[in-house]
Amino acid sequence: MRVRDAASTVRSKNAGVDLITFDIIFKNEELYRRAKASPALSREGILRLFGIGEDRLYSYVAFDPARAIKFTLRRSRPSGSAGEHDVFGAQQYAPLLDVEI
Amino acid sequence: MQTATGQGEPIRILTPTGHLGFTMMEPESFRRGMAQAPHFLVADSGSSDIGPYPLGADEPCSPEAWQRHDLALMLTAARRQGIPMIIGTASDTGTDRGVDAYARIIREVAEEEGLPPFTLACIYAEQSLDEVRRRVAAGARITGLDGRPDLTLEDLDRTDRIVAVMGPEPIVAALDLGADVIICGRSSDPSIFAAPLLWKGLDPATAFYAGKVLECASFVAEPFMGKESVMGHIRPGEVVVEPMHPDQRCTPASVASHAMYERATPFAEHVPGGVLDMSQCRYEAVDQRRCRVTGFAFRPSSEIRVKLEGAGKEGERCLAIVGFRDPDTVARIDLVIAWARAKVEAKFGRSGYELHYHIYGRNGVMRELEPNPIPAHELCVVVEGVAPSREVAAEVTAMGARQMFYARLPNVKGTAGTAALMSDEVLHARPAYRWTVNHTIAVSAPEELFRTVINRVGGGRHAGA
Repeated sequence: MRVRDAASTVRSKNAGVDLITFDIIFKNEELYRRAKASPALSREGILRLFGIGEDRLYSYVAFDPARAIKFTLRRSRPSGSAGEHDVFGAQQYAPLLDVEI
Repeated sequence: MQTATGQGEPIRILTPTGHLGFTMMEPESFRRGMAQAPHFLVADSGSSDIGPYPLGADEPCSPEAWQRHDLALMLTAARRQGIPMIIGTASDTGTDRGVDAYARIIREVAEEEGLPPFTLACIYAEQSLDEVRRRVAAGARITGLDGRPDLTLEDLDRTDRIVAVMGPEPIVAALDLGADVIICGRSSDPSIFAAPLLWKGLDPATAFYAGKVLECASFVAEPFMGKESVMGHIRPGEVVVEPMHPDQRCTPASVASHAMYERATPFAEHVPGGVLDMSQCRYEAVDQRRCRVTGFAFRPSSEIRVKLEGAGKEGERCLAIVGFRDPDTVARIDLVIAWARAKVEAKFGRSGYELHYHIYGRNGVMRELEPNPIPAHELCVVVEGVAPSREVAAEVTAMGARQMFYARLPNVKGTAGTAALMSDEVLHARPAYRWTVNHTIAVSAPEELFRTVINRVGGGRHAGA
């Protein structure tokens, strides 16, 4: 099953000017538990998916009350600087949609 | 189930928008909210999401007509019902210009509407660069947030403007002075809601949690709708949140998921003087449309740290747009860029300017985070040149774009140009700015960096402190 079928919300957004935070909110408890157990959405799975090292991962949590997996990445440069490409950080979640869990 | 918390008549706070003026608020759900007789009307009007330009250049990012629309609706309703109105981070960035602009709009609306006299408090948050420089030179540690190193004098040399982010204390002080309308410079989103609750004697945990849950107005509810009003019903230890749009619901899932929105962690919110701990929050449905939250806590910190935000100009900026369709060229776009970049370097050297290539159709949106290596059948390359002068920025951009047309690739069949120039033209963009300050500074009192001016509107004026 892919994340796009299991989640009701998949989003990315600035968390301050130096970080982008990602939220994957699952449709129900069963799908949330399945996602939490999936290596593809573990810390290591996320680093592999985006092709980055541990140094870029600011935080990673499973947030039970919202049935959500949430992680935050450091930006390569502050939001809106010259050469920057997503001022709001709003389109960085796309590769998560097709992850198999 | 009612516990020891949540006793007494709730305090009601209505908030109509999560970013006043950014898009005009919806009047219907606002009127419905006002009909429920709120005790306070509160809205934030700023964000750092809009990038460093508005702060650095000291310009609003929204048309004044939209800001006026929202302020006029709120002011006339608040004065008619005689309740305090609090606006955070005036005019997107909370600079002194923003506070003065909103104060002027408030006065103009009051006069147009013939409102009875009221007391207006303006709380200024802009910081003198010289004063910050003096503190750094004297050895004050201005600590970097989110992994940034401590602030240096070199960072300040690259900074045009700094605002400090106020907590609730200056707002509480303004309420003590009898302010009916409070226009804040840069302020932390939860603090503008926490202030009237602290003023009414509530505990910090309840006050800051209420602020946290209300700061983005209807984003806390489902389905997704922007610019609709939301009401908080607040008692000690308990916050009930209710949407004013009849088709929205605040459910335990929607409210819990909002706790993590735009934040690195859903468990903690840092405010000057402490941390709001949300790790033990309980979310329960009151009914189909209202959610009750309990279990938040507040941990005061040993020192008071205030956040500073600053932005500075990186240079003048130009853009050019170049397309590619030949599959052999698309496959070798890196060679095309290398050719053009080498030509620019031959003329301008390797430093003193910036030249960026945004390759839409390959990784223009995600850059190094893009996992998909397969490019689209055509590419749009946006060339971005930044330099100290407009002339050099334009020349770097023109050369960086036009040389893509002349790239020498082995075995390309097309021999009349390797690129489709959307227009053989350099577009003059506004200057590039950078977030240069994202730090905290220790202060001896939470009001230390802020200045309050009290005026009577519609009657005789006097200034105070």
